[in-house]
Amino acid sequence: MRTLPGLICLLALALVANAQTTTRQDARKSGFEFMGPSTQAMQKDDTLNPGMLSVKDGEALWQKPAGQSSKACATCHAAAQSSMKGVAARYPAFDDALKRPIGLSQRINQCRVQQQQATPLRPESADLLALESFVAMQSRGLPIAPTADPRLEPFRQAGGQRFMQRMGQLNLSCAQCHDANAGGKLGSSVIPQAHPMGYPVYRLEWQAMGSLQRRLRNCMSGVRAEPYAYGANELIELELYLNVRAKGMLGETPGVRP
Amino acid sequence: MARTLINIPPTARRGEVIEIRVTIGHPMETGFRPGDDGKILPRNIIQRFSCRYNSELIFSAEMFSAMAANPYISFFTTAQNTGTLALTWEGDGGFTQTENVTLTVTG
Amino acid sequence: MTELNATTTRRRLLASAVGAGAWVALADSTNAATDDLTAAVSRFAGGASVLKGRVKIDIAELVDNGNVVPITVSVDSPMTAANHVRFIAVFNEKNPQRDVVRFSLSPSSGKAMVTTRIRLATTQKLVAVAQLSDGSFFSHTVDVIVTLAACLEGEG
Repeated sequence: MRTLPGLICLLALALVANAQTTTRQDARKSGFEFMGPSTQAMQKDDTLNPGMLSVKDGEALWQKPAGQSSKACATCHAAAQSSMKGVAARYPAFDDALKRPIGLSQRINQCRVQQQQATPLRPESADLLALESFVAMQSRGLPIAPTADPRLEPFRQAGGQRFMQRMGQLNLSCAQCHDANAGGKLGSSVIPQAHPMGYPVYRLEWQAMGSLQRRLRNCMSGVRAEPYAYGANELIELELYLNVRAKGMLGETPGVRP
Repeated sequence: MARTLINIPPTARRGEVIEIRVTIGHPMETGFRPGDDGKILPRNIIQRFSCRYNSELIFSAEMFSAMAANPYISFFTTAQNTGTLALTWEGDGGFTQTENVTLTVTG
Repeated sequence: MTELNATTTRRRLLASAVGAGAWVALADSTNAATDDLTAAVSRFAGGASVLKGRVKIDIAELVDNGNVVPITVSVDSPMTAANHVRFIAVFNEKNPQRDVVRFSLSPSSGKAMVTTRIRLATTQKLVAVAQLSDGSFFSHTVDVIVTLAACLEGEG
């Protein structure tokens, strides 16, 4: 528009638009922000971080031939630092064969069975956690990036519904603590926002490495609900919902959490 | 062989005081904790950590059940000659492991 | 000081009440733990007097989780052959066992500073004792608050 009033109008619109963008700040904070300084220091330093023990185990397993194929992960995927970069950031992902989302540890087991002709690793086993941690660490510092695959949408919605649904003897939903009361206290513990970054995580309470599914099961025990079994569809759907909810936040694996 | 995380500076000047930081993967089962069947799990801890610098014992730690799992220790030493730092962990059940790291000293 | 009198009177009443036994027992159990700790420190010092100062414990006042508590102990010492720290020992008040760790240093240590991670069963005192090369003992005592974590593991 060449007219002066037209230009002024455009300028005004642009200023208003900018103001709206800058005032709408991201209120999302990683669980990292809710921890004490010494626990934060433990996560930030790779020599202090006990999760790095698991990552190093995973690094060794990556090179180890497995199953009847005698292939190692490295045989097909070469250096994980390049081939696995950004992979964990988009899991859970849609699996064409199963026609539903699967988590990273399930994908690793699929590779073991189908490509390596090896037996699948048990959920929460040291080896599976080590491989998952090693792969997920290659997305450290990268934004959580769930794929825009429309086939994932019904599962994400199911996860979302479960997040809002009251459960257990305490009759609490995830949302009641982690959306409505994040930053408040449960006993003496600060309530975090329940974002999935950093998993598998070294939880000080476990004195060991554990998956997001283990943590979700702990939450369910916490409200006195029967926890879903490892690998249950309900847990994958929750993971998917949490990932979309955390979209754009940065990966932290291996995380340290209280 | 347990996994270890060892952090020493790659080089040091003669006379420089350097920090040595080590973690080893070990459950450090206290001997006070009941298992799923209610019976106390037997103690299984690392009892001693020692560091020898060119064969001379420069630091050691006597550890008890109150040390956290996957024990971490940081300590200091003065860089003298280029040589080997032998880091040794010993514990219950005949556990023993030594990791050798080279310290390069200039000047 | 009306308040003080009221408290003293209340204590006297309690002591003479039926519940007196329980009150005294409770006081005893708290003192017993501290006595144990004092005894452990004394044993380490071989009965010698332990002075306050020179030793510093760096630890969070309120820990995220009692399973893994970072702690740094530093001792003000020139760390020369003539004047250095020989041992640093850490003792706790309420774990099943008083000993936590004993570090042996040497003149070549350069700096009397050690960092590690410990387990604390509950809120309690911690004492770090250093023995210097001249045989003297110094200590520092801190109070640490330990609470239960949220959402613990169930039967699943």
